[in-house]
Amino acid sequence: MSPAPLLSVSDLRVGFATEEGVVQAVDGISFDLRPGEVVAIVGESGSGKSVTAQTIIGLTRANNARIEGSVKLEGEDLLSASDSDLRRLRGDRIGMIFQDPMTSFNPVYRIGDQIVEAIRAHRETSKSEGKRRVVELFEAVGIPNAERRVDDYPHEFSGGMRQRAMIAMALALEPEVLIADEPTTALDVTIQAQILGLLEQLNRERNLATILITHDLGVVAEVADRVLVMYAGKVVEEGTLDEIFYDPQHPYTWGLLGSLTRIDRPRPHRLPQIAGSPPSLLDLPDGCPFRPRCPHEFSKCPQYPGLEARLPEAADHRDRCWLTPEEKKAKRLVEGQIGLEPPPEVRQA
Amino acid sequence: MTRFIVRRLVAMIGVLFAVSVIVFVVFMVLPKQNPAQTLAGKNATPGLVKNIEEEWGFDDSLPVQYATMMKKVFTGELTSYKPRLPVDDRIIEGIPATLSLAVGAAVIWLFFGLLLGYLSAIRAGGWLDRILTGVSIAGISIPVFLLAPVLLYFLSYKLEIFPNAQYVPFSEDPYEWARHLILPWFTLALLSIGFYSRVLRSNMLDVMNEDYVRTARAKGLSERKVMTRHVLRNSLIPVITLFGLDFGATIAGTAIITEAIFSIDGVGYYAAEAVKKFELPPIMGVALYGAFFVVLLNALVDIAYAYLDPRVRLGESASE
Repeated sequence: MSPAPLLSVSDLRVGFATEEGVVQAVDGISFDLRPGEVVAIVGESGSGKSVTAQTIIGLTRANNARIEGSVKLEGEDLLSASDSDLRRLRGDRIGMIFQDPMTSFNPVYRIGDQIVEAIRAHRETSKSEGKRRVVELFEAVGIPNAERRVDDYPHEFSGGMRQRAMIAMALALEPEVLIADEPTTALDVTIQAQILGLLEQLNRERNLATILITHDLGVVAEVADRVLVMYAGKVVEEGTLDEIFYDPQHPYTWGLLGSLTRIDRPRPHRLPQIAGSPPSLLDLPDGCPFRPRCPHEFSKCPQYPGLEARLPEAADHRDRCWLTPEEKKAKRLVEGQIGLEPPPEVRQA
Repeated sequence: MTRFIVRRLVAMIGVLFAVSVIVFVVFMVLPKQNPAQTLAGKNATPGLVKNIEEEWGFDDSLPVQYATMMKKVFTGELTSYKPRLPVDDRIIEGIPATLSLAVGAAVIWLFFGLLLGYLSAIRAGGWLDRILTGVSIAGISIPVFLLAPVLLYFLSYKLEIFPNAQYVPFSEDPYEWARHLILPWFTLALLSIGFYSRVLRSNMLDVMNEDYVRTARAKGLSERKVMTRHVLRNSLIPVITLFGLDFGATIAGTAIITEAIFSIDGVGYYAAEAVKKFELPPIMGVALYGAFFVVLLNALVDIAYAYLDPRVRLGESASE
């Protein structure tokens, strides 16, 4: 029914050896990405979402990194690829956009030259030919006065323009996969909307497969097709956009949804939040790592359930919570809305 | 960019004026002793002191005295008094030797300092890095006044590989010029090689964590390009500042010990002799000469900085 996946991540595990022990930043994440699809990975800081993204293109390779599982791009395994094979893919078949456009360009080179550098790393092109291409790209991502602005330095660009330039760079070689790591986090709200609109438009026009990393469910609601919710290195729930937003199964997802401000609902007297903070990856509680922050904890929680489809009608909607679907339906409503009450006493991990 | 250079050169003249005033105050105004007595040197005859008093106009107001001193400096009338020899001429004669020493040493310390620092940084934590760290620390720790005699004793006196010092002008014999300067060059460069390699290494390790280096990797650049075009290039900016200061200081003063030990007849040697004989005019002259080079090199560094880092060109630089 659906086309074959372009990128296929299965049981990816990434750990970093530190002096205090191995930090298991990503603990068995799997997903498929098809052309034209946007998969969002959502979670708090430290949930492993950025590490997942960077591992796909080999940016986490280091002496202290332990990487297992497989990442396949049209059947070719990227985890076992040599550094130079992987380098050829980076920027060419997989483009990447980073969180902070203020620091993601080298301040001493002209922006145009930095994009030409990316093009010339993969194609035999003259500098002037490369520059013409950059002007086209600037126009495609909506940078005014493209002809003139290619010769500007990063500090002469505003944050929003820099992120557009970053997108232009990621798209320079027409990659099949785009990884956007918190692409709007460092931007003003109005600029965020513009950048999201741009990403959505490019996604549609170019049939790009996109991995969107974010902590902001508002961003997810705008553009994603499928959503993976990560907590402490594991996926706690995954499903389509509608399933995650209208029928969320995991209390952590409820908490994320509950902390979203919405203009179509009455304003709460206090902005809801998830009590407590994410656990240390070096000292995870037994069983479900969300347990210390969860008001619905019960006798089964000291054992961690697998990621399984628990609803008979939705085979691809999976989660890791022991509660029955009926219990979930009842418990996720706080004052008539989806949300999460703080637990009676928040035990810090 | 032109405006920046002009602004910087004007500032440089201002600094030089301030330095000359400080030299004047330190040597002529602050000492309780009659400045003419000091200028004349030890065991001077009362007649000479009287002559100097008239020549320098010590009865005039301070601004006029300052003007007289600066006139002497600029017209080449500044002289030492035992025997009576022009100071400016002697400094100018010494400059080729001093510059030969300083420039050669600077080329050596930059080349080896940056090379070792780069290798250390890209192999950070490995055995090569550890060895280079040890070598650098050793280089930094050995003082010139110990290293120079030891090298002289073993390499030129015992083994006779290198000539026993002296300076041969380049115009006379380029080969002998270099052969005579090798020991002094390395003596002078050793400390800086160690120091620069440490500074570059730590700068590079900082820059490697920058977001734009990750971007460069994500673009698919080769590791070598990432290291040279992005990491090294950006790490060199603070090194340039350091180099300007150090090179100026080498010409102005650090070379004094090296020149004295290797009997290189340069400005530093002249200064050392003047200090030994307690002759004030040469010391004043050398102080002004040193200040000129330090200030000039700092101006050049700022200009180079603006070239290397576009952000400096727009914003008001730190020198303002």
